[in-house]
Amino acid sequence: MADNTYYNPKDLRKFGKITEWSEELGAKFFDYYGKVFEEGALTAREKSLIALAVSHVVKCPYCIDAYTKDGLQRGVTKEEMMEAVHVGAAIESGATLVHGVQMMNKHDKLSM
Amino acid sequence: MAIASLKKQQKELANAKRQLQILSNGIFGEGELPYFSNKIKEAGCFPLRPKQTEIFQMNLGYMCNQVCEHCHVDAGPDRKEIMTRETMQQCIEAVKNSKAHTLDLTGGAPEMNPNFRWFVEEASKLGIKDFIVRSNLTILRANKKFYDLPEFFKKHNIHVVSSMPHWTRGKTDKQRGDGVFDKSIKALQELNAVGYGMPDSNLKLDLVYNPSGAFLPANQAEMEKDFKNALLEDFGIYFHQLFAITNLPISRFLDYLIASGNYEDYMYQLVEAFNPLAVANVMCTNTISVSWDGYLYDCDFNQMLGMKVANKIQHIADYNEQLLQDREIIISQHCYGCTAGSGSSCQGNII
Repeated sequence: MADNTYYNPKDLRKFGKITEWSEELGAKFFDYYGKVFEEGALTAREKSLIALAVSHVVKCPYCIDAYTKDGLQRGVTKEEMMEAVHVGAAIESGATLVHGVQMMNKHDKLSM
Repeated sequence: MAIASLKKQQKELANAKRQLQILSNGIFGEGELPYFSNKIKEAGCFPLRPKQTEIFQMNLGYMCNQVCEHCHVDAGPDRKEIMTRETMQQCIEAVKNSKAHTLDLTGGAPEMNPNFRWFVEEASKLGIKDFIVRSNLTILRANKKFYDLPEFFKKHNIHVVSSMPHWTRGKTDKQRGDGVFDKSIKALQELNAVGYGMPDSNLKLDLVYNPSGAFLPANQAEMEKDFKNALLEDFGIYFHQLFAITNLPISRFLDYLIASGNYEDYMYQLVEAFNPLAVANVMCTNTISVSWDGYLYDCDFNQMLGMKVANKIQHIADYNEQLLQDREIIISQHCYGCTAGSGSSCQGNII
């Protein structure tokens, strides 16, 4: 079954292996990634919710699995998770709709 | 939500041997993940041997008023295994001659043992430093005969350790049953009312958090902050410490992991989170666990898996701490639960 799909949930476990084919860049990436999610001006919990929202926007099934679990571990409720997804969705749909202004501008420019 | 124990339902996983087979076959048997013994060999900790016994833990019986989905004891109202007064008396004799500073009563719901109060009265005369009762909270509200337990605990200076999976009703009831959250809140308020858990009180009230699903607990200190803020803000409840405990893949939790298709992922998580530093402090190195029928185990989990201590002393009637020290601790793949991340024990994180 898994052989016939582009996404295999088990591949998430192998994420670290990307370093094997480019040690320097892989190591730099994971170092950066780890730093980003450390407690800072934002709490680790807030960062986890942002990551969950972005995971949906970039439609990454691995990230959605990872940050849903991460949220559960941090005691994030399902209501908080769904609100975060809506924030992502609102920005994404807003990004589509704001291009409507471009359409309107072009329409008006081309129309007599 | 389960309504009967695996034993009552005659489920395959009520059998400890079957659980051990599952834990040794599959991803471990095929070499995809390393056996726990090999992992601790790499860390230079094999074989695991006990240090001085500090915690004397007694399981007073598997009977419980709840049937929690994650329960490693497979406890419930249908379980009839109960420690007798004779075995309790033998435990008292053992504790008298022990250097243990902590006496830890667990179950099931230890309060449901008909000799519970007698035992607490007798054992509290032993001058043990930390006398713990692991209470599921709802038992304090289950029947009028238990309503005075907060006062009883106070009288004997019991350290109350209670389960509380989340500060919201939904998550709590899903794991532990409908109505558990409201009853637990009421019980905590009553414990607070007699002084338990209050900021400067010597009456210790700690909470145990364990995840309601196939994931590991997050940072204990952070979770404690969240629990404290939420319980105080929403219900005016105080408590002292939060212990974050990892669910070990045995009994009902193992049954859940397999049935929900989460077993492999969960074991991967545990193995990936293996922390060699946690091995040095695993609770089996300073705890002895006594079952309802008086047998001795390295920990409560080994008790549920039917793996008695590897020593010629195997029963409380023959208890000899010095002879018991000379043993190897029995391990299997469930032990990864105690060495993941910051480690896990009945006292929460271990590093």
